[in-house]
Amino acid sequence: MNVLFFKITLLLYFASTILYLINVISRRDGAGRFGFRILAGGFAIHCITLVTRYVESGYAPLANLHESLSFFAWTLIGIFLLVELRYRMAVLGAFICSLALVVMIISGIVPKQVEELNPVLDSWWLPVHVTLAFLGNAIFAVSFGAAVMYLIQERMLKSKKFTSWYHRLPSLDALDDLNYKCLTFGFPAMTMGIISGAVWAESAWGTYWSWDPKQTWALITWFLYAALLHGRLNVGWRGRKAAILAIIGFLCLLFTYLGVNFLLSGQHSFDALRGM
Amino acid sequence: MNILVVGLSHKTAPVAIRERVAFAPTAMEKPLHEMRALPAINEAVIVSTCNRVELYATSNDPDAGIHQLKQFFAGYHGLSLEELESHIYDYQGIDAIRHVFRVASSLDSMVIGEPQILGQIKTSYGYAVDFKTVGLILNRFLHKAFSVAKRVRTETNIAGNAVSVSFAAVELARKIFGTLEGKTVLLIGAGEMCELAARHFLNNGASSILVTNRTLARAEKLAEEFGGRALPFEEFTEHLHQVDIVLTSTGAPNFILSESKVQEVIRKRKNKPMFFIDIAVPRDIDPKVNKIDNVYLYDVDDLQGVIQANLKERQKEARKAEQLIEQEILQFHGWISSLEVKPTIVQLRRRLQEIQQGELEKTFSNLKELGAKEKKAIEALTNAIINKVLHRPTTVLKNGYGEEPGDNFVDAVRVLFDLPALTEDNELRSLEGSGD
Repeated sequence: MNVLFFKITLLLYFASTILYLINVISRRDGAGRFGFRILAGGFAIHCITLVTRYVESGYAPLANLHESLSFFAWTLIGIFLLVELRYRMAVLGAFICSLALVVMIISGIVPKQVEELNPVLDSWWLPVHVTLAFLGNAIFAVSFGAAVMYLIQERMLKSKKFTSWYHRLPSLDALDDLNYKCLTFGFPAMTMGIISGAVWAESAWGTYWSWDPKQTWALITWFLYAALLHGRLNVGWRGRKAAILAIIGFLCLLFTYLGVNFLLSGQHSFDALRGM
Repeated sequence: MNILVVGLSHKTAPVAIRERVAFAPTAMEKPLHEMRALPAINEAVIVSTCNRVELYATSNDPDAGIHQLKQFFAGYHGLSLEELESHIYDYQGIDAIRHVFRVASSLDSMVIGEPQILGQIKTSYGYAVDFKTVGLILNRFLHKAFSVAKRVRTETNIAGNAVSVSFAAVELARKIFGTLEGKTVLLIGAGEMCELAARHFLNNGASSILVTNRTLARAEKLAEEFGGRALPFEEFTEHLHQVDIVLTSTGAPNFILSESKVQEVIRKRKNKPMFFIDIAVPRDIDPKVNKIDNVYLYDVDDLQGVIQANLKERQKEARKAEQLIEQEILQFHGWISSLEVKPTIVQLRRRLQEIQQGELEKTFSNLKELGAKEKKAIEALTNAIINKVLHRPTTVLKNGYGEEPGDNFVDAVRVLFDLPALTEDNELRSLEGSGD
């Protein structure tokens, strides 16, 4: 049942991605507005997907790669819907929807069957830790999108060579503001994600911190964002510099989330990619 | 009934010709009445702007109508038709409708999307209404043209991007600051373009303005005009960190703002962005300033570049507008075509016959006991009623009523009997064929 809902969600995300792309390319705002509705519908179905999977498996559906990616896409879209309500950025929509769509497609390719839950994961800390961590990931993905757009727009305003992007991108101020807001929400989420992970580790493995590769990289990412927040609040970093750091931060975060699993081994591996 | 357009514009005639055939807005009554009095012309509107002079008319004999309009156009200004012939264009039917829709939507303007032309046509139409030279068709036609123009303006981005230096500056500022609200503008020096730009910034939300000039009195006068504050020229750099947008056009031979000075200011502002617009030639601000992070410097050439980019964007939007206009033309043409007398009579009769058939079927199915003879009698009765009812409207449509020609009643009949507009030419022809 949850797989059926998953497929409907995937289809709706696909449709809204196309609509947002149409909005950006042909500058028809109507397509974007329609895309927003479809996306909201897709998000609702996605919620149902997660709930049915929870009911069918008996544990929070965050354990294997399929569940993890699906949940990541869910937080991405959820955060984007909130941002869209306030900022109305079709270009960001095209970016975030495409990203979520790719995540969903990968999630759809990897094995989807409900498995016996690894006893280590059978804890209330699972949903708490993963939700906080992914909330941070999703918010930082939005800030990454805003940062890329900022750099494109800034490049154009500086070089005075205007392509059609000039008319499609929001103002520098709005992008920088979004970037900053994301940082102020994403950083606490990430911090609590790491802390909750440590507390859980203590109860599961008996130690708060074991320098598992995931933990190490999470810490590196955390320091990057901490430096960015500090720079913004106290040194007056903004604009280009802040955007570049947000991009580096997100790349680091992506590596923490996926790269570590593929390239390094540790406690956070998914069984679906045995050895990863 | 056919819509006609005869005229010339910036595309076909140089200003030396256009100025000779212009109609003065203060004296429209005489030309409008003369034009209306032409034998083949029924309704008349004259549009005269600095970029175009056009006559809009309706006629039952389009070829004769166009010839007479051309003669009138040249003759009224004491010119011979030979002199003008090569500059004049003429359209009729669908082409005339398309032309006027395009003109009103500013697709035919020198600067595509400029907003004045619509107002100018509205004014011209106003004269024609005042002097009673328009009737049913041109009334409906021009109102349609206005609504098409409005649709083009709202549904495409044709007027969306700035094509003047001062508006381009405001637009760039919006791209940098998002909103101009709460922003402070500093005006250095004087000059028409600079003052115009300052005014645009204020009109678009900038909250305060500082003015400085080598002659303080001049600065004070301008400051008063803008409701701002004057600064002595020697001190303006001390206030620079409070300013978001700087407009400069002094006659200074050297740079009045150096890279190091601006760097110092931006540090003091904690990197809050600044936008410099340097309209002076020779330039007032060291171009290296543009290299500083969060600082954007535009000179006159840069702004021209923005305008060129915007014009290209408008041309793209114009293509969307053309499609939109084509839909509207079809619709309007359908209405015009249905204003013909003959198809209207045919449609009217068909309408009543439809009602008759429906009612007869109902009655016959309720009264099963009726024989063939009774049925025939009832049918004959209803036919007679239809003929009696139709006699008067048909006669009026065909022969007119008193002074009024039958054409004038067509629209009323169509409304009263809810006759659908004809959209296809062949549909119309089929009705005309069966009408005789």
